[in-house]
Amino acid sequence: MNAMFRISGAGRLSQAKTASFSFDDKSYTGIEGDTLASALLANGVHLVGRSFKYHRPRGFLSAGAEEPNALVQIVRDDARKTPNVRATVQELYDGLTANSQNRWPSLAFDVGAVNDLASPMFSAGFYYKTFMWPKWAWKDLYEPKIRAAAGLGVSPEKPDPDHYAARYAHCEVLVLGGGAAGIAAALAAAETGVRVILADEQAEFGGSLRFESGARIDGQQGYAWAQGAIAKLKAMDNVRVLSRTTAFGYYAQNFVGLVERVSDHLKSPGRDLARERLWQVRANRVVIATGAIERHMVFANNDRPGVMLASAARTYLNHYGVAVGRNVGVYTANDSAYAAAIDLKKAGVNIAAIVDLRDNPSGPVIDEARALGIEINFGRAVVSAGGKLRVSSMTVQPKNGGGGRTIPVDAILMSAGWTPSVHLFSQSRGKVAFNDETRRFVPGTYAQDCISVGACNGTDGLDATVDEAYAAGAKAAKEAGGKAGKSAKPKVDAGESWSRGMLGAAPGAGPGTTVKAFVDFQNDVTAKDIRQAVHEGMHSIEHVKRFTTNGMATDQGKTSNMHGLAIAAEELGKPIPQVGLTTFRAPYTPVTFGSIVGHARGALFDPTRRTATHGWAARQGAVFEDVGHWKRAWYFPKAGEDMHAAVNRECVTVRKVGGLFDASTLGKIEVVGPDAAKFMELLYTNPWEKLETGRCRYGIMLREDGFIYDDGVVGRLAPDRFHVTTTTGGAPRVMNHMEDYLQTEFPHLNVWLTSITEQWAVIAVQGPKSRDIIAPLVEGIDMSDEGMPHMSVREGKICGVPTRLFRMSFTGERGFEVNVPADYGEAVWEALWAEGQKHGATAYGTETMHVLRAEKGYIIVGQDTDGTVTPNDAGLDWAVGKKKTDFVGIRGLTRPDLVAKGRKQLVGLKTKDPKVVLEEGAQIVADPKQPIPMKMIGHVTSSYWSENCGRSIALALVAGGRDRMGQTLYVPMPNGTIEVEVTGMVFVDEKGERLNG
Amino acid sequence: MLLIRCPYCEEERPELEFRNAGEAHIARPTNIAAESDDDFEKFFFIRANPKGVIYERWRHIHGCARFFNAVRDTVTDKFVMTYKAGEPKPAKLPGAAK
Repeated sequence: MNAMFRISGAGRLSQAKTASFSFDDKSYTGIEGDTLASALLANGVHLVGRSFKYHRPRGFLSAGAEEPNALVQIVRDDARKTPNVRATVQELYDGLTANSQNRWPSLAFDVGAVNDLASPMFSAGFYYKTFMWPKWAWKDLYEPKIRAAAGLGVSPEKPDPDHYAARYAHCEVLVLGGGAAGIAAALAAAETGVRVILADEQAEFGGSLRFESGARIDGQQGYAWAQGAIAKLKAMDNVRVLSRTTAFGYYAQNFVGLVERVSDHLKSPGRDLARERLWQVRANRVVIATGAIERHMVFANNDRPGVMLASAARTYLNHYGVAVGRNVGVYTANDSAYAAAIDLKKAGVNIAAIVDLRDNPSGPVIDEARALGIEINFGRAVVSAGGKLRVSSMTVQPKNGGGGRTIPVDAILMSAGWTPSVHLFSQSRGKVAFNDETRRFVPGTYAQDCISVGACNGTDGLDATVDEAYAAGAKAAKEAGGKAGKSAKPKVDAGESWSRGMLGAAPGAGPGTTVKAFVDFQNDVTAKDIRQAVHEGMHSIEHVKRFTTNGMATDQGKTSNMHGLAIAAEELGKPIPQVGLTTFRAPYTPVTFGSIVGHARGALFDPTRRTATHGWAARQGAVFEDVGHWKRAWYFPKAGEDMHAAVNRECVTVRKVGGLFDASTLGKIEVVGPDAAKFMELLYTNPWEKLETGRCRYGIMLREDGFIYDDGVVGRLAPDRFHVTTTTGGAPRVMNHMEDYLQTEFPHLNVWLTSITEQWAVIAVQGPKSRDIIAPLVEGIDMSDEGMPHMSVREGKICGVPTRLFRMSFTGERGFEVNVPADYGEAVWEALWAEGQKHGATAYGTETMHVLRAEKGYIIVGQDTDGTVTPNDAGLDWAVGKKKTDFVGIRGLTRPDLVAKGRKQLVGLKTKDPKVVLEEGAQIVADPKQPIPMKMIGHVTSSYWSENCGRSIALALVAGGRDRMGQTLYVPMPNGTIEVEVTGMVFVDEKGERLNG
Repeated sequence: MLLIRCPYCEEERPELEFRNAGEAHIARPTNIAAESDDDFEKFFFIRANPKGVIYERWRHIHGCARFFNAVRDTVTDKFVMTYKAGEPKPAKLPGAAK
């Protein structure tokens, strides 16, 4: 049952532990420790996907995170269908089910491949040029078609059932990347005793030691040394070792985001295991050891399945024990592909030929390849790959032209050289520098406390890498406060080393216009597309990128960016650094929304605030509405009542008998201190110094620009103590506004501010029977009109608990607001409710509260005002202290525009047809026959059906409104124009007699 | 996420604990009612919005609740220093070349 391409004796996986899996409904067998890619390759499967634009057949390019081609959908169940998973990263588990993407009806026969034949139509900038007109067609025709045809994978149909964990962590030294460099740095740092975190995206540590068969450290094979070092690090208390963990984002002040894939590799993760864990790490020092990524060669049909990076083939052989073919060609511009050829040859795979673009390279690996009898061709190029669903041949020519020959192969290994992974360095806002000699971008100027080591720093050779990394780890730890550790630097006995290579298009990449020599595999960008972009005027690499989409796919150009840049630079006749490098942005590899969201979803997305009477209201069947974070009782329907009927009944009952309303959500701030009155004078428009203890006043707060910011009733409990109420939504900002002025503008005032919103539950008892309902429960307060007139406050007891009892009204009826400590809120409410029942009172919700206050023309800040309304606009000039010389907003009020004529003023509106209820927000015009666009002179701010008035009522902001009393205005609506009459704002009890009724 | 040093708590705390409160060193006129329209415009509406070093107010709202001043570079987003409300604009910034 051995898979066909598994080489016995090669690789590190135990052949005994098999795992069965399916790909496109066909069953295969792999080995535990495989990736999906290595398991498919072991079964001889190279064709795994179709490309995005041309639907060309694609195989595996790489063996790691840089993979652009082998994107598959992993299916666990209806809710767990993960699209765009790189098969080279997905670890195999028994029962894994994977499907290919972007093909129909099947992977081998894909109708969309007609795009490939029609490719002259789909050249660079195709979308920008083609779908410009007609305008309507974008929405109705082009976009739906494009969306249906494009698509990388399918979304799951059900909500994500998995959970995602999140951790914050701090450390002195964070090491990103667990290859030889990262391990050496972590060892050095760990020995000083500081906290170290070492993270690597792979399941096993070792990085390129996984394939570098020639590496020997401390007398062991390189990969074995790495496992020993990791075991040693894991045993240390000060070290945290994270595998399967990708550092995806590098943010300010050494704040690094990492995602740990906790259970995607498990057969049955179980509900208690998170799928992924987000680590947000703050590190004193960061060591970046992210290695380098091999580049492909750019030649015609370099995307045929079976054409792959040399290092990938070597990884599949040396780690997974899989040969990627039986008759393999090699095309290279640097030494590293020779090592791959040598390893494969030694494992019994035929190497058809090595084609080297260089003229006369020399070195030990070349000598060794020659000694093994491998045919080597210098100064030649592979100009084309043959085959369709799998590569079948390579055509070789002298690089400067001339007769070629075709060599049959079943795989081609390529290497154009190595690109240092400067992604995280660049994300840290470090500036990269181009090294003219080695022709690569390496870290230049650092912006944060980090250091790059090894291949990502342009350091070649294992010995130099370990030296540099160990020294950097020790230095970082010392700078972060570590003690000098016992030095146990790993000793490199043997290593592999190569550098150089080529950037850009090789001879087989055109100039022909039909040649498809791919630069960016995932987005189907060819060398020709880059050249065309330059010819069409894209001279900045940022423009070239957006025009061609080079480097814009989910792989973010890990293999393609440097080639694209070099081709553009050549075409522009400019040196590479002058053309520039596109910006590296987070995330390094795709990150799930789940890991970012973590636990913050569903009920945990946002806090919910409930008042003390919430349970009682819920038991009564109240319907709740959201007001900020608060749940407020909206109305209390009785059996058979809809909202309209319930609100009408509540409104009438309150004015006839009485009602109970939970007003606890109102903001409450205690202003205390010898200068409390002075402070109130400055923060509110009203005068406060002369307000007697035990009395209340309606206060208006302005911003410095003169506009209404908040309002509320303020009670003076003592000469040095005010109980201030604010709007429900305004409570936090009013507190902030007060603190701001107290701390920064009026710090000489001796005042203390305390938010008491949640300390006091507030029960409004309103209506003609309100005093009768409350009085039996109150001790120590004279509740007669003389003893406790309208707008007064008393302290005493109710139901035996302390109360701040306000006599005030937001309904226009005789009314009280009973403040009791929140813990007693529900008990006092129940007692008041029992008393209320004796009189036939009702409980009422926010809707009735709104109707009753609108009947009286009482405004709601934020509904009838919008941040551009002055006290005068709102008809509240009486509340502005005329003799005051200072308060916040005093100067703003006299700004020219705020005293100009024709400002919008708050007025009442009555529809000519009393049954018609206006829509809040509806616009108002003076002449409904004027041509469109009409001049809008105002809008409706509040509008309700008033059962008490037997008609609809509304408030509106209308230009010059108070000069329009009695005028007819018009509200144009989709179903016709509504006639309205401008009136005063008070619809019930204009004289205010009911306050004492 | 930035770390910001609260000059009252005397330690660095995460950005989430803080709220920006606009440009610093704009004192409210003592006789504000007598300000001319032009002066009031300058005081209330006109802000420097510099590219580079900005002096601004922050509040440690989910911490000690104090307002304080900070010097920040709007290009690098780096906090140069923080100091208590009411203290004068620093004459010399730490790490300044000249």
